[in-house]
Amino acid sequence: MNVASPTATPVLSGRGIVKKFPGVLALDRVDFDLNAGEVHGLIGENGAGKTTLMHILAGALQPTEGEILLDGQLVHFANARQALKQRICIVYQELNLIPYLSVAENVFLGREVVGTTGLIDAKSQNLRCKELLALLDPSIDPRAQVNTLRVGQQQIVEIAKALNAQARVIFMDEPTSAISDSEVEVLFKLIESLRREGIAIVYVSHKLDELLRITDRITVLRDGKYVDTLVTGDTQQETIVRLMVGRDLSDMYVQNVSEIGEEVLRLDSLSQRSDIGEHLLVEDVSLSVAAGEVLGIFGLMGAGRTELLESIFGLHPKSTSGSVSIHGKRCDLRSPAAAMGHGIGLVPEDRKKQGLVMGMSVENNISLSNIGLIESYALLSRRLEKQHAESYIKQLSIKTPSMRQKASVLSGGNQQKVVLSRVLSTIPRVLLLDEPTRGIDINAKREIYALVDQLKQQGLAIVVVSSELPELLGISDRIMVMCEGRKTAEFSREQANEENLMQAAVPGFQAETTNYA
Amino acid sequence: MHKSSKDLVKCISRFQSLLVLVLMVIAISLLSDRFLTAANGWNIMRQISVNVCLSIGMTMIIIAGGIDLSVGSILALAGAVTAGLIKSPVPIPWLGIELDFTLAGAMIAGIAVGMLLGWFNGQMITRVRIPPFVATLGMLSIARGLTMLWTKGFPITGLGSSFAIIGTANFLGAPVPVWISGLLVLLFIVVTKKTRFGRYIYAVGGNEQASRLSGLDVDRIKLWVYTIAGGLSAVAGLIATSRLDSAQPNAGIGYELDSIAAVVIGGTSLSGGQGSIWGTVLGCLIIGVLNSGLVLLDVSPFWQQVVKGIVILMAVAIDRLRNRGEDQ
Repeated sequence: MNVASPTATPVLSGRGIVKKFPGVLALDRVDFDLNAGEVHGLIGENGAGKTTLMHILAGALQPTEGEILLDGQLVHFANARQALKQRICIVYQELNLIPYLSVAENVFLGREVVGTTGLIDAKSQNLRCKELLALLDPSIDPRAQVNTLRVGQQQIVEIAKALNAQARVIFMDEPTSAISDSEVEVLFKLIESLRREGIAIVYVSHKLDELLRITDRITVLRDGKYVDTLVTGDTQQETIVRLMVGRDLSDMYVQNVSEIGEEVLRLDSLSQRSDIGEHLLVEDVSLSVAAGEVLGIFGLMGAGRTELLESIFGLHPKSTSGSVSIHGKRCDLRSPAAAMGHGIGLVPEDRKKQGLVMGMSVENNISLSNIGLIESYALLSRRLEKQHAESYIKQLSIKTPSMRQKASVLSGGNQQKVVLSRVLSTIPRVLLLDEPTRGIDINAKREIYALVDQLKQQGLAIVVVSSELPELLGISDRIMVMCEGRKTAEFSREQANEENLMQAAVPGFQAETTNYA
Repeated sequence: MHKSSKDLVKCISRFQSLLVLVLMVIAISLLSDRFLTAANGWNIMRQISVNVCLSIGMTMIIIAGGIDLSVGSILALAGAVTAGLIKSPVPIPWLGIELDFTLAGAMIAGIAVGMLLGWFNGQMITRVRIPPFVATLGMLSIARGLTMLWTKGFPITGLGSSFAIIGTANFLGAPVPVWISGLLVLLFIVVTKKTRFGRYIYAVGGNEQASRLSGLDVDRIKLWVYTIAGGLSAVAGLIATSRLDSAQPNAGIGYELDSIAAVVIGGTSLSGGQGSIWGTVLGCLIIGVLNSGLVLLDVSPFWQQVVKGIVILMAVAIDRLRNRGEDQ
C-alpha cells in the first residue's frame, strides 16, 4: 500500500459541494479529497449521493454551490468534455461505448489520429490501441466490433479509452456489477497497476468486500451528507456499515402479526417464453399467497422475478402458460386492464419509465388507473379528481408543493407513493410490488414498509420482489427464491436467513436447497 | 431577483402565442390601414378554417406521441369522393344498379373515407408497428394516388349551390366554415380536457409504457386518434372543395406542413404528452395573420415563406428555452 502522505496537495478536491434537484437535496456540503496514486472508495446506500458526487467532480453535472480544486487550483467544468481535457475520466456502469464501432475506433473517439490526407489513419490507431490493450487484456482485437465483446471486455475497452486520454483521475461507477468473478480479478489487477503508475482512482460501489480489498481510503456518504473518510487498513466492516446506515436497523421494519386468511392468489405451473426464441424466462412456478400475508421473492439479476410479476399482471398473454387463480377462480389475464379487473395491482420496477407519466400532474397520475372514479356524466370532474388525490396525498403523506405539480419534480420516495396511490385506487386484493424501495431515501423506505404492513393488516395478499436481503427478511412472512426462471426454494420467516437465501439464488445450488421448501 | 425573472419568463412563455399574435396584429395594423377591418378579420378566419380542422386532429396525434403526414392527401381524396358522388351516380355493374347519393350521403361518404384511411394509418402503426412518420408517409402517397385515379387527374367542378353553402355562405353574420371549425374546436377542447379519452391521449403520449401498466388500452386509443384525425381531414376537404366549387386532384399538397407548424407554434411538444387545441388555434391564427399581413404589405410571396419559417423556428426556440428553465 502506498498511501499518499496527507501533506501532499490532493489531485482533485471538492469543497462544500451542494447539489439541489427539484424537490431533493442530493448533496449537502460534501468535502472530498483524492490523492495521486490512491484508490479511493466511495460508499453509501442507494440515494446517498455517490453517483451525483462523481458526476460533479468529473464535470458531468454542475454543483449548485461549492468549489472544485484541481492540484489546489480552483476549476470550473461546464461539461464532461472540459474535465476530460484535464484528464479526468469516468468509466460508466452502463458502458458508454458505441456498439457498432470497432474497439480502436471507440478508444480514439474524439481524438482520432488524422493523417496528412485529412482522413483517419486506422492503421496507426489499431496499432496504438493494440499497445494499450497489451497492458490490459491482449486477447481483445482492436478491430473487433464492440458489441461482439463480453461486458467485462467492454469495460476494459472503456479503461483503455481513459488511458488513451492520459487520464490521471479515473472514476469507476459500480465496475463489478455486470461482470463475472474471473473478470473481477482481472479488473482488480489492472486497478493495482494503474495505481502504481500514479493514477488516482475513485471506486464507487456499495460492495463492502471489494472496497476493503482494493482501496486505500474510503469515504462514506449518507443521505447526501459527508460522514467520514477512513483509512482502509485500520477499518472494520462493521464500522463502515454503521457509518453508512447511521442508525440502528432494528426499528426499520414494523411487522405486526396479522391474521393470515384464506388463499387469494394461486399460480399453477406458470411459465413464460421469451419473445425471441424458445428459452423460458419463467419456468413452472407455482405459489399461493393468502390474505394478510406478504410473500417475498428473492433472486439475482435475470432470475425471472420481474417477468413472473409481469405474467401475473397480464403483460405477456401470448407467451404465458399455466394458470392464475384469484380466490380459487381461474382468471384469464390477457391484459393489465383484465388483471386489474380481477383485483391485481402492480407497482412496477422502474417508476420513471413504467410507473408514472412524468409530465403529468400528481393528481392526474393518481387517477389514471381508475378514471371512472372521477367521472360525472362522462366528463372528468375537477372536484372529484381533487378529492380523490387529496385523500391519497393525506393517507400516504405524499410531500408535494401542490397536487397540480408535475410528477417529475417530486423526490423518488414521493414519486413511488404516487405510483402506489394510483395502484391502490383500483382497490386491489393482490398487490405486486417490484423493488418498491429502489433508489429512495431511508425515511421514505420506512414509510413504505409501514404502508405494506398496514395493507397486510387490511387483508391484502402482497408479493414483494426485492434484491435487498435485509428488506425482504424484514417485511416478508414467507420468502421464495428464484434462479434462472425456476422456483428453487421457499422458506418461512423463521427459517430464512441471508445465507440460505443467497445459496438458493445462485445457479447450481438448486438440488440441495429444494429440501428447505 | 433570479427567481422573479424566472417566473416572468414562465409567465410570458405560457402566453407566448397569444403575445406574438397581439404584437403581430398591432405591428401590421400600424403599417397597413387595410388590415384591421372586420372584413379582413372574417377573411383571415375563413382562410384558416381548413387548417384549423386539420390541426385539431394533428394536435391530438402529436400529443399522443405520433405524427400524421397524410392529412393533405386525405383532404384531397375526401373532397374528390364527395364531389364525384354529388356529380354522378356510381354504377355497380354486377348488381345492375346505380347508387345515386344525396348531398348529405355524399358528404357522409367523404367523411367515412377520411376516417377509413385514418383507421388504416392507426392499424399500420399499432398492429404492424410501423413508425407513424413512415406509415403516414405511405398514406400520403396512397391517398394522393387514389385521388388521381378517382378524378382521372381532372378537377370535378359544378357541385351546385347547396354544397357551396359549406364553404361560402354566412350564418348569423359569420362564414359557415368559421362556424364549422369553431364548433369543432369547442367540441375537441372538451374532448381533450374533460373526457377520459382526452386524458388517455396525454398519458399515452407522455409515457406509453406507464400507460399500458396503468391498464390503458394504448393501441385502441391510438387507433381512435388516427381515425378521428382522418375524419377531421375529410371535413377540411369538404370545406376546401365547397369554397372552390371544385375538387382539385392536387388539393392540399403541403398542408401537413402548415398543420404541423400551427401545432408547434401553439406550444404542443413534438415529443408528445403536452399541448392543447387552444394553442393550436392560436398557431393557426398566427400563420393566417402573417399571410394576410405580408400580402397587404406587398411582401413578395418568396419572402413570405422565409418569414413563416422564421416564426416557426422562433416559436420552437422559445419553447426549448422554457423547458430548459424547468429542467434546472
